[in-house]
Amino acid sequence: MDIFTQQLINGLVVGSIYALVALGYTMVYGILELINFAHGEVTMIGAMVALSVIGILMGTAPDLPGLMVVVAGLLLAIPACMALAFTIEKIAYRPLRKAPRLAPLITAIGVSIILQNLAMLVWGRQYVSFPAVLPRGQHEILGAHITDLQIVIVVLSLLTMAGLWLLVERTRLGRAMRATAQSREVAELMGVNVDRVISATFVIGAAIAALAGVMVSAYYGLAHYYMGFMLGLKAFSAAVLGGIGNIAGAMLGGLLLGVIEALGAGYIGDLTGGFLGSHYQDVFAFFVLILVLVFRPSGLLGERVANRA
Amino acid sequence: MSLLQVQDLRVSYGGIQAVRGIDLEVAQGELVCLIGANGAGKSSTLRGLMGLAHARGKVRFAGESLAGLPTHAIAARGLALVPEGRGIFGRLTVAENLAMGAYIRSDQAGILADAERAYGIFPRLAERRRQLAGTLSGGEQQMLAIARAMMGRPRLLLLDEPSMGLAPLMVAKIYETIATIAAEGVTILLVEQNANLALRVSQRAYVMESGALLLAGSAADLAANPRVREAYLGD
Ligand SMILES: Nc1ncnc2c1ncn2[C@@H]1O[C@H](COP(=O)(O)OP(=O)(O)OP(=O)(O)O)[C@@H](O)[C@H]1O
Ligand SMILES: [Mg+2]
Repeated sequence: MDIFTQQLINGLVVGSIYALVALGYTMVYGILELINFAHGEVTMIGAMVALSVIGILMGTAPDLPGLMVVVAGLLLAIPACMALAFTIEKIAYRPLRKAPRLAPLITAIGVSIILQNLAMLVWGRQYVSFPAVLPRGQHEILGAHITDLQIVIVVLSLLTMAGLWLLVERTRLGRAMRATAQSREVAELMGVNVDRVISATFVIGAAIAALAGVMVSAYYGLAHYYMGFMLGLKAFSAAVLGGIGNIAGAMLGGLLLGVIEALGAGYIGDLTGGFLGSHYQDVFAFFVLILVLVFRPSGLLGERVANRA
Repeated sequence: MSLLQVQDLRVSYGGIQAVRGIDLEVAQGELVCLIGANGAGKSSTLRGLMGLAHARGKVRFAGESLAGLPTHAIAARGLALVPEGRGIFGRLTVAENLAMGAYIRSDQAGILADAERAYGIFPRLAERRRQLAGTLSGGEQQMLAIARAMMGRPRLLLLDEPSMGLAPLMVAKIYETIATIAAEGVTILLVEQNANLALRVSQRAYVMESGALLLAGSAADLAANPRVREAYLGD
């Protein structure tokens, strides 16, 4: 088996999930210059809600096809996350819109801790496992394996990104979002209800996060109240790598980070003479984050230097 | 009855009073200017009217009070401000900027027709419609800002220093356009430091100083007024 190709595939799969979560960070930053640290937790809640629905359906209707059960979980997780993000923005961030920048940032960290603890109370401290209900087909390409689930994850992610791109570039709401990101005041002068556009931005990001949460828990076969922390940090790193505030950058940064991480994990043993193993893969995201912040703070596709909070 | 009636308008920033209770009126179809030196409170007056700065007093537009309305609702009632410094969306294309100007409208055919009309008036914008607005020259940006405001078919157009920072030839072109828009029946309230220019196109004028109105009258009378000539026309 070709390790390079295999790790490239694995990296693209995980990277497409990072990209989806990174989009939520970057869209909110683009409009509010706020790093919404609670976004990782919204992703986690998406996974947890979906798993609860899946568990209930499997208990009450054991004859339903597995795929349908997972889709039902996803279809409930999406509106749940949208409502959650809408509420977070409204009660936690909106009152601080005119406050010094540090206030909403600290609030975001607070919201994230609250959500983690709530999730722990509702779903417990243990890992919740993702039932093996999805098709488990495997294919060979270029000397590497790719599973049905991996294909679905990549295809769904790419479709979602394309859909978001169309929304932002081609619709009235998307144009209003881009205008608001440049000047809230002038957007208001054009008749844009900026509060609504900001709500829409949070809600769209959360819908995408719900999908990412379900995919990541299906991929690793588990979910956990703490999973949003690491996933959020990595997605944030991906957003910074691509250029925070830049939508195409988040997509590129997510995919790249996934690949860097997978290749790093694949070769770290060889590179360190066996001193470090593949469980050190998490360090790569932060290594990348630090390198970007030092050498190119505006990221790969960013124009503005993100030196503010 | 006047289209815009302002009574005792006060605008403040924290503790600082920038506008200290002014009365002004603009009748349907009129072109009125508000002139005054740096820091007189002209921009603050316009920003107060649009709900962008904290304002108190009575503002009636077409018989309705604007008190307490958010900016986007004021815009939806037909007031359009071309802000000082133009406020174009630099990372949107020229065409997208125009589309933003028509945000409150939903008549697609009418919007397209108006955009074509704007391109007819400003051929420079037509050539650059797919270009990012941030790459335009200052004069082109001012044209775009005015064209964008017109895309909303405003009942009252507020212009804040449209001549600022532009070469004389461009200023002439912009003022020609303002005269054309006014001739089409659009009501305009024009703010200028360049009193000469403003008095030439306006029917009536207000002179502002330190947040209060100093003089008001027909543009011709004010242009002949010795005080105005000395303080604002450089005689
Ligand atoms: N955002 C603000 N915060 C505090 N003070 C302000 C603010 N904007 C304006 N001011 C003050 O309000 C007063 C009036 O300013 P304003 O901008 O309305 O004047 P102006 O007549 O438009 O001047 P100019 O011709 O230079 O544009 C000034 O003393 C100014 O310093
Ligand atoms: Mg001014």
